[in-house]
Amino acid sequence: MQAANASRLTPYLFLAPSLAVLGVALLYPVGYMVYASFLDWNPSQRISQADWVGWRNYLFLLNDPSFRESLFVTLKFAAVVVTCEMILGVGLALLLDRPLRGMTLLRTLFILPMMIAPIVVGLMWRYLYHPTVGPLNRILTGLGFDPVPWLSDSSWALVSIILADIWQWTPFIFILSLAALQSLPKSAMEAARIDGASGWQQIWHIKLPLMLPVLIVTGLLRLIDAFKVLEVVLVLTNGGPGLSTEIMSLRIARTASEFRELGKAAAMSNLLLIVLMALTLAMFVYGILTEKRAARLRAAAEAEADSP
Amino acid sequence: MTTATDRRQNSGFYVMLVLLVLMSVGPIVLMLITSLRLNVDIMSDNSSLLFMPTLRNYEQVLCDLLWYEPKDIARCDPTFGRALSNSLFIASIATVVTLVLGCMAAYAIVRFRFVGRGGLSLTTLLLRMVPPAVLLVPVFGIWTFQFCIGDQCAAGTHWGIILVYVAMNLPFVIWILQSFIVQVPIQLEEAARIDGAGPFRTFFLIVLPLIKPGLAAAAIFTFRIAWNEFLLANALADRKTRTVPVTIVNSLTEYNIDWGVIMATGMLLAIPPILFTLLASRQIITGMTAGAVKG
Repeated sequence: MQAANASRLTPYLFLAPSLAVLGVALLYPVGYMVYASFLDWNPSQRISQADWVGWRNYLFLLNDPSFRESLFVTLKFAAVVVTCEMILGVGLALLLDRPLRGMTLLRTLFILPMMIAPIVVGLMWRYLYHPTVGPLNRILTGLGFDPVPWLSDSSWALVSIILADIWQWTPFIFILSLAALQSLPKSAMEAARIDGASGWQQIWHIKLPLMLPVLIVTGLLRLIDAFKVLEVVLVLTNGGPGLSTEIMSLRIARTASEFRELGKAAAMSNLLLIVLMALTLAMFVYGILTEKRAARLRAAAEAEADSP
Repeated sequence: MTTATDRRQNSGFYVMLVLLVLMSVGPIVLMLITSLRLNVDIMSDNSSLLFMPTLRNYEQVLCDLLWYEPKDIARCDPTFGRALSNSLFIASIATVVTLVLGCMAAYAIVRFRFVGRGGLSLTTLLLRMVPPAVLLVPVFGIWTFQFCIGDQCAAGTHWGIILVYVAMNLPFVIWILQSFIVQVPIQLEEAARIDGAGPFRTFFLIVLPLIKPGLAAAAIFTFRIAWNEFLLANALADRKTRTVPVTIVNSLTEYNIDWGVIMATGMLLAIPPILFTLLASRQIITGMTAGAVKG
């Protein structure tokens, strides 16, 4: 009797500390944020002193051209970055998927950029992009080209940030696609080779379709992370020139700390969170669907093997 | 007959590899080189790679740890040493706490059937996506006004920041450790139970040693986030609890950046993650793949 009770409680004992921390320091703050998004609140007030303004913060955002600009910049950044990184990362993985001495070293060097602090990545690229002493412009002028206004021109600034992100995160796609490629069933590859499929045909008709589930999840993960980017942009341009690189998370931070409008910042956070949750749910549902399909295929294969 | 084209293709392939490595590591190497040069040399037109490396920038950054005397105040900024020890303390404690809590929770989710299990799994996945920018407003409000004991509030203390980092990293750690615990053969645990070991003994003596690679990966990911994070540390830290990323951003000005010194600071912040990567790249890659493929 006692033993049965103990075993029923055991999972909760294992979970209790985590649940306590997640509840206090993650769920509660998220709930608090939803509440704060309906308030007119500045950082010197306690939240109980703030005025309830209903949907006014959200209505303000809808009509605020600089918020729309920020939303547009964020979407543009995320779309370009994910597309370029997927093409480059998957392409490299297809190219380097062969027995290669030094592959471990290569992969180690490739993951260095994403382990380094985003602040430091920002510093590095700010030096690379420096108008006069930066190596990039020195090379360009050395070759006889005009120097590029990497960070000071509003049409170049977003491109520069995108390039830095591609540098840092393409390896992520590369590593995951390479792992996916190397775990593909050898039999499918051999069958294709025996049938005389060319390299391109193998990639297009066999490898890419088989990798698709991993690619979709990887792409979604990158998309979610692209919406979270903050520090690199903060160090490189701080959102400028003008609002040309003011991505959403940076706008949230500035609304809170510079404009001291915590209610509006909370409303923005809330909208960003909804987008991220939707993407995560999409990933979750897709994961379940592929698992089900894989199970069905396995069952079908087993049934076929059982029948004489 | 085909060997000539093969060889040409192969050498083209290796040239491309070298270019890739240069592109990937180049900016980091440039940062290292810049950190070994004096600012006057960096700013001068002489851009040659031949120069006398100097440790002066590092000396200046670490002055309060190395040789700080009141008379040196003009060229010594005695904040970095403290920031470095703050960063080390916060990131290490946050990592240890996250791992202990995370592996227990992951074990419960994998091995026990209980009410709310499916919902819990989805919740951890959803919470994993909450970015620091979203937490900024509520954490600032709660930590400065509500989490207080007497006059002492959580904002501005080491423990306040550690609590945020543990909460931020727990969902991901729980998520990737699940995929390692699933692989532990359940027969081992059953054998231990038959021998009379309770669930906690089984967990700590049988399961934990078997998932060491997963723990290593989770530890590195957590340490990296806690060590690198800027936004929340900036919102919560006061002058005594500032971390290295906060001091770096504070020292950035629009003009007259001392590139040598700032690159030395950046290198010091980048060294621990670089070391981890060189020492445990296999675990990192396994963790990354497990974290994504399961997602």
